[in-house]
Amino acid sequence: MKKLTFPAIVAAGLMAAAPAMADLVVPNLSYRTGPYAANGIPYADGFNDYFTLLNERDGGIGGEIIQVPECETAYNTEKGVECYEALKGDNPLVMNPLSTGITYQLIPKASVDNMPLYTPGYGRTSAKNGKVFEWVFNAPANYWDGASVAVKHILEQEGGDLNGKKIALVYHNSAYGKEPIRTLQELSKKHGFELSELPVDAPGQEQKSQWLQIRRDKPDYVIMYGWGVQNQVGIQEAVNIRYPMDHMIGIWWSGSENDVISAGEGANGYKALTFHGVGQEYPLYDDLKTHVYDAGKASGAGDQIGTVLYSRGAYAALVIAEAIKKAQDLAGTSAITPAQLRDGFEALEISAERMEELGLPDFGQPISLSCDNHGGAGLGRIQQWDAAAGQWNLITDFIEPDEEVLQPLIEEDSAAYAAEAGVTERCN
Amino acid sequence: MLYREAGDFKTGYRKDGQTFPIKLDRWGYYLLLAIAFLVVPFLINDYWANAVFVPFLIYAIAALGLNILTGYAGQVSLGTGGFMAVGAYAVYKLMTAFPEISIVIHILLAGGITALVGMLFGLPSLRIKGFYLAVATLAAQFFLVWLFNKVPWFYNYSASGQITAPERTVLDIAVTGPATSAPAKYLICLCFAVLLAWVARNLTRGTAGRKWMAIRDMDIAAEIIGVNPLTAKLSAFAVSSFFVGIAGALLFAVYLGAAEVGEAFGINKSFLVLFMIIIGGLGSIFGSFAGAAFLVLLPVMLKNVLVGTLGWPTDLAAHIELMIVGGLIILFLIVEPHGLARLWSLAKEKLRLWPFPH
Repeated sequence: MKKLTFPAIVAAGLMAAAPAMADLVVPNLSYRTGPYAANGIPYADGFNDYFTLLNERDGGIGGEIIQVPECETAYNTEKGVECYEALKGDNPLVMNPLSTGITYQLIPKASVDNMPLYTPGYGRTSAKNGKVFEWVFNAPANYWDGASVAVKHILEQEGGDLNGKKIALVYHNSAYGKEPIRTLQELSKKHGFELSELPVDAPGQEQKSQWLQIRRDKPDYVIMYGWGVQNQVGIQEAVNIRYPMDHMIGIWWSGSENDVISAGEGANGYKALTFHGVGQEYPLYDDLKTHVYDAGKASGAGDQIGTVLYSRGAYAALVIAEAIKKAQDLAGTSAITPAQLRDGFEALEISAERMEELGLPDFGQPISLSCDNHGGAGLGRIQQWDAAAGQWNLITDFIEPDEEVLQPLIEEDSAAYAAEAGVTERCN
Repeated sequence: MLYREAGDFKTGYRKDGQTFPIKLDRWGYYLLLAIAFLVVPFLINDYWANAVFVPFLIYAIAALGLNILTGYAGQVSLGTGGFMAVGAYAVYKLMTAFPEISIVIHILLAGGITALVGMLFGLPSLRIKGFYLAVATLAAQFFLVWLFNKVPWFYNYSASGQITAPERTVLDIAVTGPATSAPAKYLICLCFAVLLAWVARNLTRGTAGRKWMAIRDMDIAAEIIGVNPLTAKLSAFAVSSFFVGIAGALLFAVYLGAAEVGEAFGINKSFLVLFMIIIGGLGSIFGSFAGAAFLVLLPVMLKNVLVGTLGWPTDLAAHIELMIVGGLIILFLIVEPHGLARLWSLAKEKLRLWPFPH
């Protein structure tokens, strides 16, 4: 008997447990373990809580309850692919993998499976070109926008002239960290600054030599594209070599509380990009408190509320929810399909008034997508860490990226992908 | 008496020396092959292919390769991940440079290139052994990963440093690229796994294998009886790297479709494959498959049971899963240091006597 039952147990265990779901399914590919967990947890919690709020307060979207099944990827590409395949059985509407590596892996698969991918602020930059990337959306901003906004901010600091200045890029030595290099090289040609590239291998605890090089070269500015433990170590190392903090600018993935708190007072003045507002001073948080936190329905331990990455997770959920609403209007039915959701994304309009209606006035930039623009306007703001108060402050308004430099690069990169993958352009 | 040899007589040396001398084993093996080739492809879907069968078959090939080197020839290696990366990047460069040539040939060539690289890094084994050799191969692991990250030629100067497998076909059926169907993915990996297991079995029971085992058991004695350590060790490195290179090529081209060297072929891969052969059983073909199955399937199974069936939070399940897998590895090595293969042969011994043990 034992011999017979064991394979049966194994088979049952391997079977993807797929509960029959009639509702709309928006999976959360999260990572709450591994070297990136500190940043993965708040994002996942914010993402879950926003949908919980919609379900509790409004009864879902258009009368449809939103299911948010979670799958642990540990920021690992193989596990991410396995999650994608396992979740596919639940008939999901859209995937938000929260990892550039996993996104790169999923882009070809998603176009075959007709599955929209929403990758806000990460993923493949040239996916902004909807003519080639039919199923991928990376609004409101992408890595190249970030690089350009950072350089624009530096320009402003330096009175509009960067000739002979030195900028160092400290980056995660992976697809994610390598993304901005092309843009920064173009920008260095345009503005005449000298760019030095300093890769940090994953997960990022080892970066002493990079910072010794920074101490020796004395670059005028440091731009950091880090994630997870790399940010904390990078900021601590910068403090150790007494690098002026307000001359160090992180991408939005290097600008959360987790990254700066461990460096204590030393991190005061550190700057980072963001594409949304900070703090809890928004009416949405009152609703969240009433319907989610006080009802004991908060995701995770409930200790991440109001942090930068929590807000970003909620913002991602908000954009998806708005796209679902739009898709329901367009399709004339509440039970939409992934293809209808894609149409909803392409017709997405989130104005400043709409953001105010949603309880987030002046939180995010207006988003307006179309068939050929899947990336929005790509504006970014600068936030600065106030160590004494223990909070981020927005110090600029939304800054426009340099489309003159970015657009040709996007055309070039997406054309290369189209040739490689045999994609014919659409929207013409 | 479930597992009987009584009445199963051999009348010649060939019959006595076959891989499965017991009739029951032989039929079981044929049945397994028939199911694997004729039944599974019709039932398989994307989830089963991507989460279970394809990684199992690919890691089984890698484990076979490492088992030849470590299990049969006694040369400890921690460079498996690096050699898999060589296979992956070789197949990528070949695929993009010669698109008109069949992917099967490219995969075999990638194995050949890895064999050359493996021999190069196997040269120190002529002077050093044991832990010292492990450290030398560890250097190979780090050097190769660094090389593929550093030199843009290897990833065709792509902006992100990732390599992506273009679509390639076998008999007009796509086996790489996003449009690949689950059965196609599974069948190509199965063909390579069965073929390579057959090659490994026949190599290890022939002259080459005997030489390797002689070197493993005592190299000085082997040299005295006429085994040339140079050819024996280097051939072990070459054959092993050939297998590992093919596993890397399949992992990248068929399974993942895109890869980033630091993540897909990092030191963790080396450890994973080493654990597979330790748990499966050193110096055993069956053990390579059993070890790969154990380490590929157990985490997926635990995840599905803990999250899917019991509804635990994903982070708790992930942590518990690490603890269970780690605990089981330790438990296994205490209870049965010779791995799953030994456990299997013990079970057979017991079944021969069942239900009347001495």
